Amino acid sequence: MSPKSNAVQQLPVIGSAQIELLERLSNAVAVSGDEREVREIVIESVKPVADDLHIDSMGNVLVTCRSKSDHPVRVMLDAHMDEVGFMIVEDEGEGIYSFEVMGGVDQRQLPGKAVIVGKDHLPGVIGTKPVHLTDGSELHSAIPAQSLRIDIGPANAGKLTPGDCGTFATRFQQSGPSLIGKALDDRLGVATLIELVKHHPANIELLASFSVQEELGLRGAKIAAVALHPDLAIAIDSTPAVDLPRPDRKENSLYNCKLDGGPAIYIADAGTLSDPRLIRFLAQTAAKYDIPYQYRQPGGGGTNAGAIHNALGGIPSVSVSVPGRYAHTAVLMARLADWENTLKLIYAALLDLTPDLLVPDRK
Amino acid sequence: MIDLSSFVKELISLPGLSGYEDPVRTVIAERWRPLVDELSISKVGSLHGFRRAKGAGKHPSILLAAHMDAIGLMVTGMDDGLIRIVQIGGLDLRILPGQLVNVHGQRILPGILQMIPDRLQEKSKAGNPPGISELFVDVGLPEAEIRKLVKLGDLISFAQLPLDLNGGAIAGHSLDNRASVAALTLCLEELRNYNLAWDVWAVATIQEEEGLLGARTSSFEIRPDIAVAIDVTFAKGPGSTDRHTFALGKGPTIGLGANMHPALTAHLKNLADEMDLPYAVEYMPKSSGTDAMAMQGNAEGIPCAVIGIPLRYMHTPLEMVVLKDIQRASRLLAGFITRLESDSIDEIFVESKI
Repeated sequence: MSPKSNAVQQLPVIGSAQIELLERLSNAVAVSGDEREVREIVIESVKPVADDLHIDSMGNVLVTCRSKSDHPVRVMLDAHMDEVGFMIVEDEGEGIYSFEVMGGVDQRQLPGKAVIVGKDHLPGVIGTKPVHLTDGSELHSAIPAQSLRIDIGPANAGKLTPGDCGTFATRFQQSGPSLIGKALDDRLGVATLIELVKHHPANIELLASFSVQEELGLRGAKIAAVALHPDLAIAIDSTPAVDLPRPDRKENSLYNCKLDGGPAIYIADAGTLSDPRLIRFLAQTAAKYDIPYQYRQPGGGGTNAGAIHNALGGIPSVSVSVPGRYAHTAVLMARLADWENTLKLIYAALLDLTPDLLVPDRK
Repeated sequence: MIDLSSFVKELISLPGLSGYEDPVRTVIAERWRPLVDELSISKVGSLHGFRRAKGAGKHPSILLAAHMDAIGLMVTGMDDGLIRIVQIGGLDLRILPGQLVNVHGQRILPGILQMIPDRLQEKSKAGNPPGISELFVDVGLPEAEIRKLVKLGDLISFAQLPLDLNGGAIAGHSLDNRASVAALTLCLEELRNYNLAWDVWAVATIQEEEGLLGARTSSFEIRPDIAVAIDVTFAKGPGSTDRHTFALGKGPTIGLGANMHPALTAHLKNLADEMDLPYAVEYMPKSSGTDAMAMQGNAEGIPCAVIGIPLRYMHTPLEMVVLKDIQRASRLLAGFITRLESDSIDEIFVESKI
């Protein structure tokens, strides 16, 4: 047996148990600021293997898995628990509520969607005026978000209270090579991080942060990084695959990243220039273990790395994302293979990680 | 006894797009079979349930039309592994991004309906709602597999499952007009308890959303003395509060206007008052937008009435009705039919004959 195949065999894989966990995570409701449902699944999943677990003042779940070595590298791995959604802000009577959007949801993605709201997951509808009663000229403009209401039906009138949160009602499903569901940004990251905690390599000290309020501006990760005090950090997220045909039929040079291309390694986004040592190390690790990967196109957007690398005296950081289509909408799509390769890449990188990686070298 | 809630949910869990009504027709036929004397399918696919009047000889007849077809989409092409589409029936394209759909290919493929993102769009179009050419369905399969499973003209239906909104409100796709099919079915069930003086033709019509083919052909074939179109109408709700809209859960509407025979409108109003049944008069000055449009001027002319069931968010995957309104529409219909005598025509149309 060659050393290469031997190494590959050690890498964790995605099986039915992992997919079932992702399904639970995807179906759970955890809008920014109200992450309880996902937090409970995380705690249940990692508590048995954590050396230390605590929940901080904002609701981040911080987990430590100690190393067997004397001077291990302290690696922070972050995945955000929260998702985009809505908060009920006014009861207008007869089961109709006005709401505010939480996180970056394009208003064109709201009309005509089923939602679930409140701790009892009451079903509701974001309805629109019938097309028959709509003026032809109105059809050329987007329906403004502030004109929309959540309607839970007249019989449920009064069952929601302003402050209740909700999100799209989409249920997770698999189709061929694809994973389809809501909130895969970033439940794919949460599911990956749970696996990494369960299989934590003994050569490093693993500091997991299941963070809150990423969608409102990286708020949870900022304090998590200070509390965990790591030597380096990897943010595990999902990044948009905009690998779709352009309407003008020209070549799409703005795809960001592609489905089936493997984990997307960040070089630069609106918030972070990834640490070049970490970028290089991840690419080398992928080549060594024969794991497909891609570089995310440098550009806008951002992950919790934006908050983490600025914390303390600076934390060398990089992001690795599972490519996903249709982020911040009712239904996202990702590939099982991309998810598995993301898990393998990060695991392999942890296995091979040594303190040498952080010697000053910024060539 | 039909459990109305589960029957409605069953009806709106089925496809049955205009021109391809078979899946829903099969289920309706099963329900109607024990409630009628004869069941047949017209040459173009409408379902006819016939309840014979008591006694020998010729009897006057009434046709009750509720369309069973639904709006949806159709495959027009494939590129880069995405399925291109066209709408069947009137759709506001602005509700389509982010919908889950079923593509009816060699097998049913779940898919995501989405739009080309602004990142790839001309700057001037950023923020605009999508045109039909900017919409597509992504089924998440390799292109070669899609080409094997999907062909031009395959149907695409909304995958939205029914929402039970506690205590009698239901939301889902195709409640326009399966809610009326349910009302008609309840009416047939009620009529089973009566001997009838009139022949009754219950018709689940096809292609109302695309040209009224079913209502036109069935009313021509049957030549009833009276026809009633049962369809949904606009309920008051967010964004819809003008004179075209009616309170949800406050009873059906009775259509008044040029498309309806005034004597029938007046008769139904009097009857609803007599039955103490809540209703609203729906003013439809020119046209009713229902099967009555094809029936009124058909053959030598057929006097029509229109009964409406208020429904929110019409022609979206989450239309909403209140079950009580379906029951009341059914009671009004059954009340009308069971009170008909063999000479009622003269009585109802007395003024028209002066």
